[in-house]
Amino acid sequence: MLLFSEIGRYCRLLYEALRSITEFHTYRQNLFSEMVKTGIDSIGISALAGLFTGAVLTIQTSYQLTSSFVDKSAIGAIVSQSMLVELSAMVTALVLSGRVGARIATELGTMRVSEQIDALESMGFNSVTFLVVPRVLGGVLMFPIIYLAAAAAGVIGGNLAGMFTGALTPAEFMEGARTYFYPWDVAFGMIKSFVFGYIITSISCFKGYFASGGAEGVGRATTNATVLSCIYILLADFILAAILL
Amino acid sequence: MIEIQHLGKRFDSHVVWNDVNLTIHDGETLAVIGKSGCGKSVLLKHMNALLHPDMGTVKVDGSEIFNLSYVQLRLVRQKFGVLFQGAALFDSIDTFENVAFPLRYFTRMSEKDIRIRVEECLEMVNLVNMGPKKTSELSGGMRKRVGLARAIVMQPRYLLYDEPTSGLDPVTSEEINDLIIHLKESLKITSVVITHDMHSVLRVADNVAFLDEQKLSWYGTLDEMRVAKHDRLEEFIKASEYKI
Repeated sequence: MLLFSEIGRYCRLLYEALRSITEFHTYRQNLFSEMVKTGIDSIGISALAGLFTGAVLTIQTSYQLTSSFVDKSAIGAIVSQSMLVELSAMVTALVLSGRVGARIATELGTMRVSEQIDALESMGFNSVTFLVVPRVLGGVLMFPIIYLAAAAAGVIGGNLAGMFTGALTPAEFMEGARTYFYPWDVAFGMIKSFVFGYIITSISCFKGYFASGGAEGVGRATTNATVLSCIYILLADFILAAILL
Repeated sequence: MIEIQHLGKRFDSHVVWNDVNLTIHDGETLAVIGKSGCGKSVLLKHMNALLHPDMGTVKVDGSEIFNLSYVQLRLVRQKFGVLFQGAALFDSIDTFENVAFPLRYFTRMSEKDIRIRVEECLEMVNLVNMGPKKTSELSGGMRKRVGLARAIVMQPRYLLYDEPTSGLDPVTSEEINDLIIHLKESLKITSVVITHDMHSVLRVADNVAFLDEQKLSWYGTLDEMRVAKHDRLEEFIKASEYKI
């Protein structure tokens, strides 16, 4: 019963958000601020995660591909394609479910338990338009950009790791990367990051918006938002791969 | 005028109250008293539809507020100013912006007019030149006064006070009581004060509603309360260590 009640409340929140998406003047200011907080402020950590993922992947792939029959440029192909199709979107989503999701759930949860959301409503604001819409929109608009930054950093990281460990030269790495580069891989990664952005922001908004029970309740909402976001990201990753690849 | 008719509310299996009937006339100050957890704040939040009842209705100036569209409800809500228990100030903006907040979104006032209006409201609550202060730097009493300034900035017809003196020292509580009386007299506002501070009740109220045993247990004027033969009300007043 509790599950159905939760799904019902989530759907109602989304319906309310969708219904009020045209009230741009209400959330315009918050949207830009959210795009900066979710996007610009997260690019550094996401690029760092991408850089090291690419580097580790290069080292592990070169360790596994020991056969002299396989051209070294295959390492560049494997690393760059893995980064574009899977790892950049997935690693950044998991990192940002903590960074962005926890922030959103804590902000809204604190506003709920300190009656700031009631104060907004009592002034005549639609609190969903004011608080939820800009956060979800900010997420879905900025996550694809973060993905691109992480993917680029991943390829650079892979390239540098190959060069510094002597596994392959930058020219060999880029040859493999170029040969097996398909624009669809980037499009697929961007679609995934769009969906992941939606999952993280909408679940975190939902958990924060309906938080109750003081500081403990806010903590619970934040933990639930992060854990649920991670679970649904893994599930969505599987479904998108099964449908789109 | 606010008319509460046959209002009933429950949270899951817990019945808060049943069949509450109450009329708050224009210009009146009603104090709603009762033990902690008896549903005073819940009742307050029904008056501007922040909560929805399980039965009954609330009419504000003749409009049944639970049947209104969102735009209509917004207009009704803007007739109300609310001072929340913890003041509910937005901590991401300073004192001035907290008070200016509704003006920026719901009026077409120029920056100069907004400044004049905000300063006027801050002056009314004795907080001159406090605009640039961060809300985190304010004391409990100051936060309540900023909350009050924000509540009156849109010139509401009704003011709802949720525990305006709770957590404050006696001197600051007295200042808040003075403000409630001053706002009532100067702005002719209809007020509902949720409290269990009997001193505050005797200072500010015209009428008193006593919530107890899941119902509106007693209602009357201050003078009627002084001579009321109602065991639970007498017990409540006695327990608050206040001699009336």
